[in-house]
Amino acid sequence: MTWQTLDGNEAVARVAHRASEVIAIYPITPSSGMGELSDEWSSKGKTNVWGDVPLVVEMQSEAGAAGALHGALAGGALATTFTASQGLLLMIPDMYKIAGELTPFVMHVAARTLATHALSIFGDHADVMACRQTGFALLGSASVQEAQDLAAIAHAATIESRIPFLHFFDGFRTSHEVAKIEVLTDDVLRGMLSSDAIAAHRARSLSPDHPTIRGTAHNPDTYFQAREAVNPFYDACPRLVRAAMDRFATLTGRRYGLFDYAGHPEADRVIVVMGSAAEAAHETVDWMVARGERVGLLKVRLYRPFDVAAFLESLPRTTGRIAVLDRTKEPGSVGDPLWLDVVAAFAEARRRGMRAGQPEPIVVAARYGLSSKEFTPAMVKAIFDDLAKSEPRSHYTVGIQDDVTHRSLPYDLDFDVEPADVVRAVFFGLGSDGTVGSNKNTIKIIGEDTALFAQGYFVYDSRKSGSTTVSHLRFGPRPIRSTYLVREASFVGCHHPQFLERYDVLELAGRGATLLLNAPWKPEDVWDHLPSEVQASILEKQIRLVVIDASAVAEEAGLGRTLGTVMQACFFALSGVLPNGEALQAIKRAIKKTYGKRGDVVVSRNFVAVDLAVQRMSYVPIPAVVTATRRRPPVLADLGRKPPSFVERVTAAMIAGKGDLLPVSAFPIDGTWPVGTAEWEKRSTALELPSWDPAICIQCNKCALICPHAAIRTQVFDPARLAGAPAGFLSMTYKAKDHAGQGYVVQVAPDDCTGCGLCVAFCPAKDKSNPRHKAIDMVDATPRKAIERERFQFVSALPATDRRTVHLDVKGSQLLEPLFEFSGACAGCGETPYVKLLSQLFGDRAIVANATGCSSIYGGNLPTTPWRTNAEGRGPAWANSLFEDNAEFGLGLRLAVDAQRATAERLLRQLGARVGDDLVSAILGAAQDDDVAIEAQRVRVAALREKLRSVEGADAAGLSRLADALVTKSVWIVGGDGWAYDIGFGGLDHVLSIGANVNILVLDTEVYSNTGGQQSKATPTGAAAKFAAAGKEVPKKDLGLLATTYGHVYVARVAMGAKDKQTIDAFREAESWHGPSLIIAYSHCIAHGYDLAHGADQQRLAVESGVWPLFRYDPRRSQRGEPPMVLDSTVTASKGRVSEYMRNEGRFRVVELQDPKRFERLVRSSELQAEQRLSFYQQLAGIKVPASGEVE
Amino acid sequence: MNSLATSYLGLDLAHPIVPGASPLADDLDKVLLLEDAGASAIVMRSIFEEQIALEQLAAHRHLDTHADAEATGALYDTDVFALGLDTYLEQLRRIRSRTSLKVIASLNGVTRGGWVDYARRIQEAGADALEINLYAVVTDPARTCESVEREELAVVRDVASAVTLPLAVKLSPFYSALPHFVRGLHEAGARAAVLFNRVYQSDIDPLRLEAVRHLHLSTPDELLLRLRWLAILSPNANLQLAVSGGVHAPFDAVKAIMAGATVVQVVSTLLRNGPGQLRTLIEGLRRFLEEQEYPSLDVMRGNMNLARSPDPTAYERSDYMQLLQSWHGKFGA
Repeated sequence: MTWQTLDGNEAVARVAHRASEVIAIYPITPSSGMGELSDEWSSKGKTNVWGDVPLVVEMQSEAGAAGALHGALAGGALATTFTASQGLLLMIPDMYKIAGELTPFVMHVAARTLATHALSIFGDHADVMACRQTGFALLGSASVQEAQDLAAIAHAATIESRIPFLHFFDGFRTSHEVAKIEVLTDDVLRGMLSSDAIAAHRARSLSPDHPTIRGTAHNPDTYFQAREAVNPFYDACPRLVRAAMDRFATLTGRRYGLFDYAGHPEADRVIVVMGSAAEAAHETVDWMVARGERVGLLKVRLYRPFDVAAFLESLPRTTGRIAVLDRTKEPGSVGDPLWLDVVAAFAEARRRGMRAGQPEPIVVAARYGLSSKEFTPAMVKAIFDDLAKSEPRSHYTVGIQDDVTHRSLPYDLDFDVEPADVVRAVFFGLGSDGTVGSNKNTIKIIGEDTALFAQGYFVYDSRKSGSTTVSHLRFGPRPIRSTYLVREASFVGCHHPQFLERYDVLELAGRGATLLLNAPWKPEDVWDHLPSEVQASILEKQIRLVVIDASAVAEEAGLGRTLGTVMQACFFALSGVLPNGEALQAIKRAIKKTYGKRGDVVVSRNFVAVDLAVQRMSYVPIPAVVTATRRRPPVLADLGRKPPSFVERVTAAMIAGKGDLLPVSAFPIDGTWPVGTAEWEKRSTALELPSWDPAICIQCNKCALICPHAAIRTQVFDPARLAGAPAGFLSMTYKAKDHAGQGYVVQVAPDDCTGCGLCVAFCPAKDKSNPRHKAIDMVDATPRKAIERERFQFVSALPATDRRTVHLDVKGSQLLEPLFEFSGACAGCGETPYVKLLSQLFGDRAIVANATGCSSIYGGNLPTTPWRTNAEGRGPAWANSLFEDNAEFGLGLRLAVDAQRATAERLLRQLGARVGDDLVSAILGAAQDDDVAIEAQRVRVAALREKLRSVEGADAAGLSRLADALVTKSVWIVGGDGWAYDIGFGGLDHVLSIGANVNILVLDTEVYSNTGGQQSKATPTGAAAKFAAAGKEVPKKDLGLLATTYGHVYVARVAMGAKDKQTIDAFREAESWHGPSLIIAYSHCIAHGYDLAHGADQQRLAVESGVWPLFRYDPRRSQRGEPPMVLDSTVTASKGRVSEYMRNEGRFRVVELQDPKRFERLVRSSELQAEQRLSFYQQLAGIKVPASGEVE
Repeated sequence: MNSLATSYLGLDLAHPIVPGASPLADDLDKVLLLEDAGASAIVMRSIFEEQIALEQLAAHRHLDTHADAEATGALYDTDVFALGLDTYLEQLRRIRSRTSLKVIASLNGVTRGGWVDYARRIQEAGADALEINLYAVVTDPARTCESVEREELAVVRDVASAVTLPLAVKLSPFYSALPHFVRGLHEAGARAAVLFNRVYQSDIDPLRLEAVRHLHLSTPDELLLRLRWLAILSPNANLQLAVSGGVHAPFDAVKAIMAGATVVQVVSTLLRNGPGQLRTLIEGLRRFLEEQEYPSLDVMRGNMNLARSPDPTAYERSDYMQLLQSWHGKFGA
């Protein structure tokens, strides 16, 4: 018997990879891990159970993957895929085909919420339920062990039944839970997979040696009957699944049924449920039965085909009341799907006389757990308690408070069933400090070195920078069914002292728990640093407090800021889960095992950290009473003004981590949220801040331009304002003509800066006598924060620069107010400077369609969002539709703007004389091609509205409502390369072809950044990425060049860090072109594997080496008789530069580490590509072409 | 009998010309071409302990320390690539198994433990000899030359006692009393000294106010410094001497041997002209011996050193003064 600790994705992928020959995938959270592992295994030559290495292909979308799979299956291969949510929706058309053709196939789905009023990456069954009609068998697992086991059963049953299987388990809760499971051997898998049935599948394949045709078109005479021909296979399927389950039981000793009952053999109340909730329910049922209650639980495994007889047989005959729990919402239906099936099953049983003599049960419907909402024993208990009432409720929700339609079931927040012998621990860490990695090691140590069972679940927030992770660990003598977050922890690790200021870290601590705190304070000083709430909790819960300066230990051990190992060693020393000496040896063994491949230095330094950790921790003396007078700081930032009511009521609760407590009434009904909330959330993560020296500054404003978080502001102001400035405020006189003589300041927003250092690296102004000193330098943040906070508040209150007075070059652009600020993007992000620039140049009239990806997450991820308004209340209107449809969505916005403008213009003409012909012709004839003209138009529209007040009639009222449409709008379509090059390319191409006036900004990181670094068609030759682990062989697609072939598309390829002037020119030209525009913007990214402080330097190298040539293709130039193409980078493609560029980045360097010779070849290939591209562009730049189409 | 036969570090070589530490050995095809061109030994590029440590830690951080709900890292874990010494050792084994070349590994450590550990692993991987690359730029004014030399000799001693591999030590020219230091090397266990390391030097971009690093190939001018020190060291050195830097033509090799070199390492000319250039050098050297009727290299080796040169002052300070004056005269200053 082999026990291992794995997460659900790995447990499933291990089965799927071994049982398949072809794997076609597309990355999507939370299923990506399965595809990645499969790719990694195949790239290392790992074989399936027949000794062949499965072929793994990453497609351009899930629709593409499904098509490839359909083909592979038709060709006789055994195939699989992994997906979730929107990805599963994109596969549905092929799923009908695959099922309709009775094709053995298993897809594994980490079930995830569908985007409705909002996107959510978390788990529920909405995606799976959308596939009920496809003809796929639906098989659900509730735990990591089950996910592995039922994966094998699915692969076995599909071959024999010819029904394709969708095997699903809960996204995150199961896919990402690490648990100790008994793993399946190759022999067991081989024993499950019938070679006769496989041979039969192959014999049905499309082959010219025994040709058949498929995909014929039927007519009304035959389609119906032929569709019914599959019935015997669906009738037989449950029996074959049961046979596979029986075979599995023989081989492994683990028995599953189509439906599994647990609980009192004569239960009167039963819950019916699928997925991970079954585990929490099972745990609660055991607890209740032990206390004499007649309750039970029916776990649905095979949901489709739904075997009514098996369902009924599984229920105790005594069952009188049933609560059916659905983890999905089907608005407008009589009830959610599982409930409908159960109700129908009883109706069917009645009709067929299958339950003769048994009472007709009451079947109530409950909805729970949407988007990974917690489902706990307290809720299970509440459901059973309600079932016991004389008139139990139905069609209710549980887990939330619905104060609008009053459908929610109350439950006891304090109810708990967890046994005392389960060790529970929570750890608050940062995404960047190694906490999660060490905790995973801890689970491995305890799970694999002891007889204890172990479970780990990791809650990440979805910000990209400074994100908090909370690890929930359990260890106990029995398999752990607690599929919910830890409460009443006996150990709390607080890995950064600032968490004590922001969260109620001790909320989850039980009485007598240990709090391990990383802080730079002496033990005797710790108490005085704690806010009064923390002190009170420590006293009330009698908490043992231990402090260690883990950051110092990590630094001393040479691990930088990676302190996970230090805290892990302390956990073992304090928790007593293992004897102390044994624990330290086990940690070291685990370090060796996990990090051995990363090298001896990594291993030895972690060893040092372990040894130092145990020596350095100290108990903190705890006084008898609370001594602090300081409370935890308020959740919302003090901006010197009252926050909007929504922010106070809703946003603040979400920031504080109390979003679960908000009732339904708190929320917008349709997903429409207020803008500009990011400024209220100050995360203050920077360890260093830029410090400005006016004596060196040349007022170029490049620091503000490159800042990813709009955390450096360059502002001109009336010098008279200085009278109100804080003491020591730094400023100088502005020199450029447009605002000469005004005051000028470069000001950091100290609580919004992430300390990435891009501004300093990009600053060109050096002290001539000491070039190490620049106009801005990074300095220790601690002594600066309070000072800069006051100064930033002063600068924020200065009036924004009048757009009409600004010369729109690099310098001028940064005098404009950013209407995109303080996003959750990664420190040093290469995308957000472009997005911010867009907001500065056009934000007051912009509508932004944003493809799903990093930019939709940092742009629209709650609790706070970065898009904001100016003082007039204008600003970008932003929306994310989907990943694949963004160009089309943006086009639709354009069409709406055009339609409204056309209506407004028609009404204006109709009303003509009544509002004044001069005004009408001025409005209709306005050019609106710069800020001065646009502002003039706004004044005219205001005058029009004023006049319309005195004009009677529906037309006047209608025009008044629509009048803003007469002011030009700038439609932007923004997304990453995954969207533009891959999944959305068809739409993007079509939108370009139509000639509509839209501006498309592609933030090209050359990889799927958001889902974790999978290759896209933008990935360049030589770069390693997931699905291109050995380094991509083929060249990047030249999307810009493709777009130029239309002739009517404005195209620019830019790199702000290399040539900012060209970037600004391109944005302005693109926006002013009345046809489609495409800007492809080089965006450095953490996925590139280097310190992003050097992002702009790498951009420069990319351009200078010829890897990323800059150009602008402007159709207006051909209208002027000039070549439309201008090459903006002068490149001498010196060979060393390409390899220098590549060697600086981890994504290329790992290829060299794997295979230096291959790397050299890929470098040569990149050099050649650069030369070819340049040569081609140079020739294009010399070609004049006749002007195409009068788009303008 | 082969007139070019050479024994260096206890290794029997067909001739004294050895491809020196460079990326050439990273590419097995190039190594095979060098063998075809007559190489009988090769020095692998120097492993820098510091670089390995930095790279490991950078990768460790990169792989592990970005985590959000959607992504816990942008690359697969290191199962798919090796960090540190492994790739180097694997290449060493590959060269050993695919060629009959003697393989001299090269190591530049930082920590005492690092030097010894890496040397052991290099020995275990089957290297024939080890070249220790002493390359330190002292910037701390508190450090004395005695302490620097003491530490360097301690490193040599540590490594010599940890491995049985014959050791060569590659030096920079910047020692106040090189002959004394070289004597110390011998006492510490080294069997050869390699003259000299070509220290990378930064250039300055005066407009951007940036230090700029360029890699320049050597030029024949650089040989002169080496000839002088070979000539000075060879009469009294108890260890073998190798020259590295500035040998581009057969005549250069001849000069180095006459000044006292046992082995002549070449890199730049191979990088510039390709591995086939090695044959030109070997054949040129063989021809010189034949034409000038040297029965063996031993007869020629050191015949122009400080002890045997007809004009030893040429290697000494007085000569420097004369040359300097002549330069003044030439430009009329």
